[in-house]
Amino acid sequence: MGTLGSKIQQVFNEPGCATNQAKPSTDRKKGCNKLLAPGAAAGGCAFDGAKIALQPITDVAHLIHGPINCEGHSWDGRGAKSSGSNLYRTSFTTAMSEQDIIFGGEKHLYRAIKEVVEKYDPPAVFVYQTCVPAMIGDDLEAVCKAAGKKLGKPVIPVNVPGFVGSKNLGNKLAGEALLDYVIGTEEPAETTLYDINIIGEYNLSGELWQVKPLLDELGIRILACISGDAKYHEVARSHRARAAMMVCSKAMINVARKMEERYGIPFFEGSFYGIGDMSEALRGISRLLVDRGAPAELLVRTEAVVTREEARAWQRIAPYKSRLSGKRALLFTGGVKSWSVVAALQEAGLAVIGTSVKKSTPDDKERIKEIMKDDAHMFDDLKPREMYAMLKEARADIMLSGGRTQFVALKAKMPWLDINQERHHAYAGYEGIVALVNEIDKALSNPIWEQIRKPAPWEFSAIQEMRSIHIA
Amino acid sequence: MARVTIGKKHCTVNPLKMSPSIGAALAFLGVDNSMPLLHGSQGCTSFGLVLFVRHFREAIPMQTTAMSEVATVLGGLDNVEQALVNIASRTKPSLIGICTTGISEIKGDDLKGFLKLIRVNHPELDPIALVDVSTPDFEGAFQDGWASAVTRMIEELVEIPLREGTHSRRVNVLPGCHITAGDIEELRDIFESFSLDPVFLPDLSGSLDGHVPEEFTPTTLGGISVTQIQRMGSACWTVAIGEQMRGAAITLEHRTNVPYKLFDRLTGLAANDALMEFLSEIGGVPVPKKYRRQRSQLIDAMLDGHFYFGGKRVAIAAEPDLLSATSHWLHEMGCEIQVAVTTTSSPVLEKIPVEEVLLGDLEDLETRAMGADLIVTHSHGRQAAERLRIPLFHIGIPVFDRLGASQQLSVGYRGTRDMIFSVGNTFMNSAHEPTPETWMPPHQVPQDLVTLDLPQ
Repeated sequence: MGTLGSKIQQVFNEPGCATNQAKPSTDRKKGCNKLLAPGAAAGGCAFDGAKIALQPITDVAHLIHGPINCEGHSWDGRGAKSSGSNLYRTSFTTAMSEQDIIFGGEKHLYRAIKEVVEKYDPPAVFVYQTCVPAMIGDDLEAVCKAAGKKLGKPVIPVNVPGFVGSKNLGNKLAGEALLDYVIGTEEPAETTLYDINIIGEYNLSGELWQVKPLLDELGIRILACISGDAKYHEVARSHRARAAMMVCSKAMINVARKMEERYGIPFFEGSFYGIGDMSEALRGISRLLVDRGAPAELLVRTEAVVTREEARAWQRIAPYKSRLSGKRALLFTGGVKSWSVVAALQEAGLAVIGTSVKKSTPDDKERIKEIMKDDAHMFDDLKPREMYAMLKEARADIMLSGGRTQFVALKAKMPWLDINQERHHAYAGYEGIVALVNEIDKALSNPIWEQIRKPAPWEFSAIQEMRSIHIA
Repeated sequence: MARVTIGKKHCTVNPLKMSPSIGAALAFLGVDNSMPLLHGSQGCTSFGLVLFVRHFREAIPMQTTAMSEVATVLGGLDNVEQALVNIASRTKPSLIGICTTGISEIKGDDLKGFLKLIRVNHPELDPIALVDVSTPDFEGAFQDGWASAVTRMIEELVEIPLREGTHSRRVNVLPGCHITAGDIEELRDIFESFSLDPVFLPDLSGSLDGHVPEEFTPTTLGGISVTQIQRMGSACWTVAIGEQMRGAAITLEHRTNVPYKLFDRLTGLAANDALMEFLSEIGGVPVPKKYRRQRSQLIDAMLDGHFYFGGKRVAIAAEPDLLSATSHWLHEMGCEIQVAVTTTSSPVLEKIPVEEVLLGDLEDLETRAMGADLIVTHSHGRQAAERLRIPLFHIGIPVFDRLGASQQLSVGYRGTRDMIFSVGNTFMNSAHEPTPETWMPPHQVPQDLVTLDLPQ
């Protein structure tokens, strides 16, 4: 555990993270791992976070070394889409038994890796360490190294026992695994001045494909998306990109920052959500590429695409504006999504009356304040009971959140829209914002709301009766 | 007689199995105003919670002791204590069901000792029932955890009747975890039709049947109350459904002298005849007209449906009791069970009408399901079904790509009849229209028509 301990220290002390750097030097190493309150905690563990970050790599086998709890309840659960291999949707686990606990799980793990390679022949195997094997002292790195040597395949250790921390830490540790074992291990056949990496984008519901056609049009090549719709070799060769965009707030900042350090790939932080953000993202990519030596005419072409696409998106949103203006939305999501979605909703005429900032950085919060102006209601941790009350009292018309709070809204008979990872619709880019507005409109205008809010006839007549008695 | 074999693979591929800790948690979710608490890392709870949310389409109260690495090494007393105090002050439950996980079991946390100590230090927990259950992730499966939790609730909560205070119409019902909320509603109707007064432990029909409560509740929305559990000793009979509940029924009998009757399944004509006969006997009431009619409807459905079931080959993967109930019923409809895969050992397995029952995973199912007419398992069977181009009929947990999983009915004459309709319709939908090539001798079939759907 010594190496993992120092790795965590190192990840916490992230120079690329402004939040961390703002702290006194003594606090920096403590990182952002909030102490969890037993009995009052929500959210996933580090292993969960690592799987979220890496599982979108489509052609590798993801093998979970642990008892059935870790993989058996959650596999094939996320909506990361693939344009090629479907191997990432096949679940592999050692499903440790009591025997493993008594005798140690290393041999079992080795045999499992061997079996996976023989049966499925993936370009690489990613092996995830969980709490139980960490406790009994299974040496993940050693087994992976031995297996890799013997089987002639990259076997990547992802050392993320759940109890070391939160999902966010898991994201970062997953990034470390890529940096230590994958990125830079292969060379691309050819490189261009237009090669970029997109870091922290998982292609949920195919969102990368809402953005990619525009990049294609501009002649910009995604050398690697880390990790949405990625193939192993793409990630291994990603160190030859000219520039990078970091998407999901700070989840993989260590990857972006270290790739800049090691390979001189400059990056910027951006978002694909909302018209303005999407345009900024395209401009940001082009600017960095031009800075690195791509012909400056790329900027001109980018502006042309931005102008055309913005006009097209506005034109498609316009019909909704009259339907949605004045409607009040409550937004509960984490990190980057807050400010970028706030902006997007405002574009559609909605008033955002509150948003959560639980996972947002101070930077994110500043941006939200800026966007929402005076009416910024930022909630650090709104309890479900309070959320329910707000909706029940109709202080909002629709709630946008993740699956966990879905039923708080629905049970208050309020429209709700899924904007988290499990959602089934893609909301990125110019296409995505139109889709989001369309979904909000569908949710708000559905005829069920009026029907289900009416009291049952007997309840209604009881009220009438009481009134008439009162009058008499 | 089936041969029960254990898979020899080192790597589980596409797991069928889920852990006993969340099986136990689900049992606690069938108690009113309760809160299951998993003693482990927060991921243990989070994964299970998301799974239940997707299956039931309901908010799921479920908490964690949020064990960190340090806490795991030092022992979890502080975390359990803090968790109980936090839950008590935030949600005021009537019961907290504490389930262990791999982490706390390996560390060897003495949960019983912890609870004694915590009780002494925290009188504010006095009104809350605390039930601990041992559910290591590396031993047994979902249904084992469910059964253990029910047994533990009986041991901890059911009062030993002091005198003969038998309620002559009260019947305890102990449903296995394969009995849905809809099934429980159906069974309640049936029991009440015999002038009996059933209480179900656990009772998911109160909490996870899918309804809209008037108020916000941070704990379960209904279910059997702790008081009702305490008084289970005053019933005249206990009815257990599924072999998994035998242990709990025996525990209850030993504790209270209430005799038990076990039905290993309630899907199928004969199985329900046995139930009706039993209820008529203990209720002293003839089988009501309604059920005579329903029996006749079931027979009619069997007549109409048997054309589509006869000779069909079915590949099934499910937990032992659900596997057994479904396999026997399909067999009674004329199907041939081509493959049976399950999660954990049980005495019912060797009676299943199939050559071999394999303790394995969904990869095992997939490699053996070639040529089958139907795959029957939970939602995770969807990839196999797609690859093999065989229709999938959903049973068990999780079912996240269909609506109404908690209301899927399979018990009683009516439930069996509905099963015939839904499975029969699936067979009908997948019937192949004949083409000129259908009866061609193999050597005449043009090569481009031969499609190979072999899995890797």
